[in-house]
Amino acid sequence: MRSSDKLFYYLLKTLAWGVVGLLAAMVLVVLWMSWEALGHFGLRFFVDASWDSWREEFGALAFIYGTLVTSFIAVLLAVPVSLAVALYLNELAPPWIARPLGFFVEMLAAIPSIVYGLWGLFVLAPFLRDHVQPLLATYLGFLPFFQGPQMGVGLLGAGVILAIMIIPTIASISREVFKSVPESLREAALGLGATRWEMLRIAVLRVALSGVMGAVVLGLGRALGETMAVTMLIGNRPQIVWSLFESGQTMASILANQYAEADSSLHLSALTAVGLALFVVSLVINSLARWIIWRMQRVV
Amino acid sequence: MRVNFWSMASGSLLSLLLVAWTQVGCFGGSHSEASPSKRTSGRPLLINGAGASFPFPLYAHWFSSYREVDPSLRINYQSIGSGGGIRQFLAGTTDFGATDAPMTEEELAQARNQVLHVPTALGAVVVTYNLPELGGEEPLHLSGPLIAQIFMGRVTNWSDPQIQELNPKLTLPDRSIITAHRSDGSGTTAVFTDYLAQISPEWAETVGKGKAVRFPTGLGGKGNEGVTSLVRQNPGSIGYVEFNYALINQMRVAALLTDSETVVRPTVESITLAAESALSQIPEDFRVSIVNPQNPKAYPIAAFTYFLLHSPMDPVKGEKLMSFIQWAMGPGQEAASGLGYAPLPAPLVERVLSSVRSIELL
Repeated sequence: MRSSDKLFYYLLKTLAWGVVGLLAAMVLVVLWMSWEALGHFGLRFFVDASWDSWREEFGALAFIYGTLVTSFIAVLLAVPVSLAVALYLNELAPPWIARPLGFFVEMLAAIPSIVYGLWGLFVLAPFLRDHVQPLLATYLGFLPFFQGPQMGVGLLGAGVILAIMIIPTIASISREVFKSVPESLREAALGLGATRWEMLRIAVLRVALSGVMGAVVLGLGRALGETMAVTMLIGNRPQIVWSLFESGQTMASILANQYAEADSSLHLSALTAVGLALFVVSLVINSLARWIIWRMQRVV
Repeated sequence: MRVNFWSMASGSLLSLLLVAWTQVGCFGGSHSEASPSKRTSGRPLLINGAGASFPFPLYAHWFSSYREVDPSLRINYQSIGSGGGIRQFLAGTTDFGATDAPMTEEELAQARNQVLHVPTALGAVVVTYNLPELGGEEPLHLSGPLIAQIFMGRVTNWSDPQIQELNPKLTLPDRSIITAHRSDGSGTTAVFTDYLAQISPEWAETVGKGKAVRFPTGLGGKGNEGVTSLVRQNPGSIGYVEFNYALINQMRVAALLTDSETVVRPTVESITLAAESALSQIPEDFRVSIVNPQNPKAYPIAAFTYFLLHSPMDPVKGEKLMSFIQWAMGPGQEAASGLGYAPLPAPLVERVLSSVRSIELL
């Protein structure tokens, strides 16, 4: 190897390992800072839903629940919309529409989350309260998810804003995935007499499935960690309830709410432990999703 | 291409080093040993503070006005919240701290030097509500125990006889009450819950007091603006915000019944009166709660906001900061009421100044 090549090689190697080292350092610091709370409460911290800084009782379960529920709503709503957008832009729309439209969808990803939060609080929440929640309560009110007071802000509101925020991520990556499906597959499907929808199903969606799953995982990652918009829309009340109309609290939003003014060291440590929980939950969900993708790739 | 790249790289590396070097120089300059000679060369002395966000509008106004009084001083203040302010102050990363709630004994025990609390102004917490059925002229009347009942979820409808009894002139609608509280830790919540805990034994026992308590019911909004938007958007809601915030945004605020016949509206005067009527109880170190004062004409949900200073202090910075506080206690107090903060009562200003003068300069 030439010496400049060698230099380049070691430079890249250092940077790559440096990122891993950074991650390790972060985990260590978070672990170290949350040690007091974990020592005090033990593993009960992760299965206890009470959070009262005055009595110094801390448990993260309500926040874990809030994070999982809002992210699940977000993915549930965002995936069909994103796939529709990606399929339309890639397969159906003429280029003069697809290009500007695709640009605008990607623009959605560039909007800061505080702007989503404000829009959610002032526009989306009143809309949900006045139009969507009454409908849900009337037609699906027999389910425990759609009962209780209708205030707009709450788990549902936070889930919907998250869905809007992750649509551009899922849509644009899915679009890239669809683009990479060889044209010959589409031609073959059409040649066998498939209709357009059948062609999309057999030749595009099935082939691209694992890539699309990857896109969903990235979107989910954003939803799990999203802080500002959720804080503004979730109602900020740590509780575990069935109703999606009720307020909740996520791991990210409790950190945004209380970290700055936490003054007892146990409170601060408990908050850091919530950060640790967020880290672990993201890791578990990501690994799970990756495992699913891996299984799919073997099947296809 | 190659040559270009390397020359560019080395050029930017050089400029990086330069920046680093000048910044290190800056840092050295702000320390006392090297500073006198450097400062005469025209660079202003920088004093760093961080803490409470509640008085930030007032402090920002003070620090920028004070530049005209003393151009050689620049005060850099970051409103990171009282908790962070105390932490940074204890860690010694700032020259002064600022907090709404006075430091606890535990926190004081962590300090390496003596800590001085310097009251700078008075703030208050007001109760705001959204009842579209009511006209604007007559404010809603509420009492402390009733506010506690509402925020505990015991009184859940506006047509409740307990509310009607205090408001004989108003026709209250049959509407459920939605309570809105601060979801973030804040001095506002600390003062509000301090008041409710003093007035209602049940509140003290079940909810307690502090910057972030567990409210038994209602919605949480982040910051004054979060609570305000929840109240504005939900008819039938009630929340609490800082007085200056309500004033600037022209929000409807409740008047409080302090005894059987006195109704107090939150005004700059009634808030200052709360400190005045507590004067004899204010200890040497100014760490005191002035909620629920004796005088029924005083607004009962008020509190001091403080600077935190070390003694001893660096002589150069200490001197400058002392003359700033002197200014803040004089012309600064006049500016306060315009921004929705109540000025300190005159006898207290004297005490504050003599306390600041006691700071050792070493």
